[in-house]
Amino acid sequence: MTSAKPNESMATNPYPCGRYTPATGDPAAVNRRWFLQQCGVGLGAAALQTLLGGEALAASSADPLAPKRPHHTPRAKNVILLFMGGGPSQFEMWDHKPTLQRLDGTLPPAELLKGYRSAFINPSSKLLGPRFKFAPAGANGLEVSELLPHTAKVIDDLCLVRSATTDAFNHAPAQLLMQTGSQQFGRPSFGAWTTYGLGSESCDLPAFVVFNSGKKGPSAGAANWGSGFLPTVHTGVEFRTVGDPVLYLSNPDGVTPALQRASIDAVNTLNQQNLDVMGDPEIATRINSYEMAYRMQSSAPEAVGIESEPQHVLDLYGVKPGEASFAKNCLLARRLVERGVRFVQLFHESWDQHGDLKKDLVQNCRDTDQGCAALVADLKQRGLLDDTLVIWCGEFGRTPMVEGGDDGRDHHPNAFTMWMAGGGVKPGLVYGSTDDLGFNVAENPVHVHDLHATLLHLLGFDHERLTYRFQGRDYRLTDVHGNVMHDLLA
Amino acid sequence: MVRGLLIRLGLATLLASLPLTLRADEPLVFDRDIRPILSDNCFLCHGPDESSRATDLRLDSRESATADLGGYAAVTPGDSAESELVRRILSTDEYEQMPPPDSNKSLSPAEIERLRRWVDEGAPWTGHWAFTAPQRPAVPEVSESAPAGWDDNPIDAFVLRRLDETGLSPSPSADRQTLLRRVTLDLTGLPPTLAERDAFLADRRPDAYERLVERLLVSPHYGERWGQKWLDAARYADSDGYEKDKQRTNWFYRDWVVDALNMDKPYDEFLIEQVAGDLLPGAGQDELVATGFLRNSMVNEEGGADPEQFRIEGLFDRVDAIGKAVLGITTQCAQCHTHKYDPISHDEYYGLFAYLNNCHEATIAVYTDAELREIEQIERDVASIKADLKSSASDWRNELVAWAQSVRATEVDWTPVRVERENFTGEKFDYLDDLSVLSRGFSGSPLTADMATKPAAGSYSAVRVEFLTHPTLPRGGPGRSIYGTHALTEFRCFYTAPDGQRTQLKLVSASSDIDPPDQPMEFPFIDTTKEEDERRLGPIEYAIDEDLTTGWHTNGSPATRNRDHKAVFVLSEPIAVEPGGTLTFRLKQDHGGWNPNDNHTNIAGRYRFSLTKTPEPEADPLPREVREIIGRSPESWSESEWGRVFDYWRTTRSEWVEANRAIAERLDGFPEGTLQCVTLERDEARVTHLLERGNFLTLGQVIEPHTPAFLHPTPEGAPATRLTLARWLASRDSPTTARALVNRVWQAYFGTGLVETPEDLGSQSPPPSHPQLLDWLAVEFMDSGWKPKHLHRLIVTSATYRQASRMTPKHRERDPNNRLLARASRLRVDAESVRDIALAASGLLDPAIGGPAVYPPAPRFLFLPPASYGPKPWNLSKDAQRYRRSLYVQKYRSTPYPTLQVFDAPTGAAACVRRSRSNTPVQALTLLNEQQFVECAQAMASRLIAADESDESRIERAFVLAVSRPPTAAEATTLGEYLRSVRSEIAAGTVDAAAVSGAEEHSEELAAWTLVARCLLNLDETITRQ
Repeated sequence: MTSAKPNESMATNPYPCGRYTPATGDPAAVNRRWFLQQCGVGLGAAALQTLLGGEALAASSADPLAPKRPHHTPRAKNVILLFMGGGPSQFEMWDHKPTLQRLDGTLPPAELLKGYRSAFINPSSKLLGPRFKFAPAGANGLEVSELLPHTAKVIDDLCLVRSATTDAFNHAPAQLLMQTGSQQFGRPSFGAWTTYGLGSESCDLPAFVVFNSGKKGPSAGAANWGSGFLPTVHTGVEFRTVGDPVLYLSNPDGVTPALQRASIDAVNTLNQQNLDVMGDPEIATRINSYEMAYRMQSSAPEAVGIESEPQHVLDLYGVKPGEASFAKNCLLARRLVERGVRFVQLFHESWDQHGDLKKDLVQNCRDTDQGCAALVADLKQRGLLDDTLVIWCGEFGRTPMVEGGDDGRDHHPNAFTMWMAGGGVKPGLVYGSTDDLGFNVAENPVHVHDLHATLLHLLGFDHERLTYRFQGRDYRLTDVHGNVMHDLLA
Repeated sequence: MVRGLLIRLGLATLLASLPLTLRADEPLVFDRDIRPILSDNCFLCHGPDESSRATDLRLDSRESATADLGGYAAVTPGDSAESELVRRILSTDEYEQMPPPDSNKSLSPAEIERLRRWVDEGAPWTGHWAFTAPQRPAVPEVSESAPAGWDDNPIDAFVLRRLDETGLSPSPSADRQTLLRRVTLDLTGLPPTLAERDAFLADRRPDAYERLVERLLVSPHYGERWGQKWLDAARYADSDGYEKDKQRTNWFYRDWVVDALNMDKPYDEFLIEQVAGDLLPGAGQDELVATGFLRNSMVNEEGGADPEQFRIEGLFDRVDAIGKAVLGITTQCAQCHTHKYDPISHDEYYGLFAYLNNCHEATIAVYTDAELREIEQIERDVASIKADLKSSASDWRNELVAWAQSVRATEVDWTPVRVERENFTGEKFDYLDDLSVLSRGFSGSPLTADMATKPAAGSYSAVRVEFLTHPTLPRGGPGRSIYGTHALTEFRCFYTAPDGQRTQLKLVSASSDIDPPDQPMEFPFIDTTKEEDERRLGPIEYAIDEDLTTGWHTNGSPATRNRDHKAVFVLSEPIAVEPGGTLTFRLKQDHGGWNPNDNHTNIAGRYRFSLTKTPEPEADPLPREVREIIGRSPESWSESEWGRVFDYWRTTRSEWVEANRAIAERLDGFPEGTLQCVTLERDEARVTHLLERGNFLTLGQVIEPHTPAFLHPTPEGAPATRLTLARWLASRDSPTTARALVNRVWQAYFGTGLVETPEDLGSQSPPPSHPQLLDWLAVEFMDSGWKPKHLHRLIVTSATYRQASRMTPKHRERDPNNRLLARASRLRVDAESVRDIALAASGLLDPAIGGPAVYPPAPRFLFLPPASYGPKPWNLSKDAQRYRRSLYVQKYRSTPYPTLQVFDAPTGAAACVRRSRSNTPVQALTLLNEQQFVECAQAMASRLIAADESDESRIERAFVLAVSRPPTAAEATTLGEYLRSVRSEIAAGTVDAAAVSGAEEHSEELAAWTLVARCLLNLDETITRQ
């Protein structure tokens, strides 16, 4: 398993992760070695040689999460992915179809259904008109559903893609395709590719953080934020909204912070003593891991401590401290990005409206609309939106045909709507369109692979060159597909 | 994960390449020096895949590389100036340059120079080393100057030669304590116990180490440790994967692997049984369980899923697993197109696939040894009662025949009808040739199936539903519940006239061949989310009583329930079906459990509808099979058919009521057994098509089973069966099977295999570090009778293995990745051992072998939405069970057990023959704070203070428990100071001793030692074998 393409280390902060002072031992020797391992990342080989008095430790720049320079100047350096698991209905939210309304209750044309495979319904089911009203919003009078009053206010900051299309129409394979570029398990997620390519800006928080909210967990489970064949350090770390933000973050009962510090000092001293004998740089990494773990024990709770946010910010998101919600996760996403977290992924799995379409959509939009809009507005007012890419999407859309009586829609891969904001995408753009029934893309299709190519482009990568050698082949997020959608770029 | 500096994998990545600097006088080796350049840079367009080949030039064989291209050749042996290949790679013209600029590939000056030299030296060519069967190479002579102990074991001779060539020298032998811990962890996954350590250190015999190795090789923990490695490759898990990720009980397969290794089953047999155990002559339960290997694929029962699509995905997974785990060859590429690098073509891929395509994915009941003994006893008892009956009625055969004649006339004339589903739910159906339908895919509850038929016009009086068994149903069915049974809440019947007018038909009576008594709902169907589940199950009348709380079911004794059953529903008046009229049969099935994402279903698996014109018919009480037998003349009955008829006939005789009751009672005690996914061959072969781009909907040409041409052939005249495939895989002629296995075993001991990519020995693989050693080991392994223990013994007794693992500045500079083996590798243990070491050191470990999965403490929220898709059972294990080895921890694919996951245990989504080995802050948090590790520290503290000793002795013992060696003076001082400081904090009341120690008595002393133990369990050395 060898890394394929160079992402040479970037000399940024020479002290990226704070200082480590050993409890005992020869401080000069330890410091020298520590400096080399900890901070050698950004230094040239000559400087290393000097520092070491000629002793080269080849592994010193091998940190897979060291910040790296991408292929070209990136437009975005952070990503917040708002994933609406289950497949939200574009017809009730984004893609207004008066014709569908007119033909409500009639059967779709047979030729449209040729070769069409559906998940649950008989494809030849009656058409179902949109169940909610649309009204013009923003500078361009774009039609947005009444379900999305908050998002309507930031519509001019969004780049709306009405022509997204995918290959899969079952949840797990479609989520995998959206997250990893493949319907099969075992590939790295988009977040993992991002940290593989860019490394981390944070030394005491994970580079890739995942939140879950909604009715269920994601269909494809932890593979949605897995590292696949990439080193496991690129796996997303699940954060919780209530309780410990990270598993095992709290000290055991009775262990005070001071005692934890003293214990880690003892562990690290013993590890250092073994390092002096064995000479294995892995032990130095272990020492660093414990130091970082200790820092994370204070930095992670600080990062998720929204009590420090002013009331008007809490009100903007509609968040009550102490209560888990999607909106709270949106606020946390902003806080994490501010603290150098590269990639934040919010799963909200609630959108599988085979039935109860109206009731559930009202609830789902009530749960997510304000948080999404607040996130965009908040990032913008803080100047973070320029280099933070926000993506809102599901794994597929829903059928123009009804499922059940008159209150459900089945999975539909042919055409659906998603949006992006910030990070170098064109604000106020509506891209692509669907036919009158919203069944197929009419113009400018954006396949999942194209989306990935475009997102990687915004992050500074040529998607054909961001590769990883596995099983004798150079793998990509986009496999052998994908075109950068230049029209979407600002 | 959090930014960890110097993280292991990064290190491996950076330093992966062998320290190969080719001197000008060193001869070129094609496989090592040339082919990798050609493969990596040229084969994509000039390789095996015709469809992507640019021009006709192939550079994957000498013949085509040197062919005349019209006055010139890509390679002109001996003359680089006249070789187009060399000219093109030197060209700076963007239209001529090779590799082309847009390929993102380029050659280094050293590679160009090497190619030029190779051409000038005559372009010698050999086939890829891994595709020719290994021959035993001569063992190099060991010079007299070799270090002591390096002249015994052929492994050392090969390693030493390589070290000599590169100017490195071996490290001294590790000290005995280190060696003891290393070999114990390597062979059993556990650290040595104090007693084992004392015994070994006291054994001063010259062969003490060899004796230790022999003891470890017969330890039952050996099978656990190496079983875990195989289970990675076999992508073992205790759940289905995908969205539902339901639990499965496949632990019989896991235990089969452990047992097979413990009994040192020859590797060729080990493979054959897993790929085709069911087809072996005299196959019994063990051979069937072994085929669970193929069945470890994931299963998608997501509502919208097409079962056929995911059956094909499962087959892809099987080919992939065989490729990686057995052959060491990647096959995935050829799923969609001919492999770009290795000579496996698209149709050869489907040739392998075809061998596997003819399986039933069966789920059978399997039994423990105790259960098998019980079954034997029950069968003996029942046979003896039957024998008594027969001898009490000496004329029973004649009486039986008379009875058969009398009942023959009672048969009603039923006409089976072809149905098609009318409603669309997640459930999917196969329509079988006998007009029955087979339920597949989603099986949540409640579920209603509406089946429509257009029968011949006429007047019909009743409907019969036969609920039928099928090999793909749990225990053979006829239902899809974990018992293979089902429940029917309501049966309804509708008539739709040709004009679309639909009416529900009234049913007056119902009968069935099974008459269960009224009973409340039971596990797993009872709705535990409600205070009271008012639903009930009982006789067939419950299916027509218009009461949705009552239902009929086919559950009963495990001995008798998995049989065909039938129910007959009589219309209040015959329905006159007009031409074009439709009858719809509705099976309302609301008697499953509450969780559609768990094994709660209780729906019918396979069924067939029939109509009759006979007035007021009843369900035939005679089983179909008995009806079939008595339809023939008794002269034609076999003895077992006599038995089958007798078995039914006896139940009709009122004078035998006592005996029948006795038999029923015995059968009621039949053990439930455990479900196990196995592979069974179908009677009727499936036709295999090549799938264009791997898409199951785009069928290409028909493909017969065949093996890839670049590997060894199957024996002349061998039938095209899965057994042939299995024997071919395990053949001595296979160029890669033995090499792949010895390479993986080597990887486990030294961190990196002799070939760095165990999943891929093909032409894209980096050249082996010690090619001759690899071949020697492969041949030696086969010559030993494929005995894994022989291989392990050979490696762990080598001087190479026994070296110290200290990394000197010279090692760091010359060979940081230890490919040349001038030292032993220092390796963080596998995830399972990380936890097992803590359990062992604390004395909590329950060393029991085998059995159902266990559920140690875990954060509950992980198994509930929104962290997991649906609520997942995690029934916290009690007492010693929670301290079982990690091999037995319930393995959900979508929600891995966090302690194991953070230390890189694979999820089982696909075959894994090489784990990551990361080193992260989340690991530190786990060891410091996770509940079970804290419990271990507390238990270890109790162990330490049990003896009345000085602090110094306790510290020493604590060290020995954690790392199997006493502390150095400096280490003892560090820990002593820590102990003093925590004691003073406890005394000062700044630390809550009861909370830390988890104890009420002696809590102050216990708390202090808990903290000391916790430090030791967190040491890098504790979770490392050095």
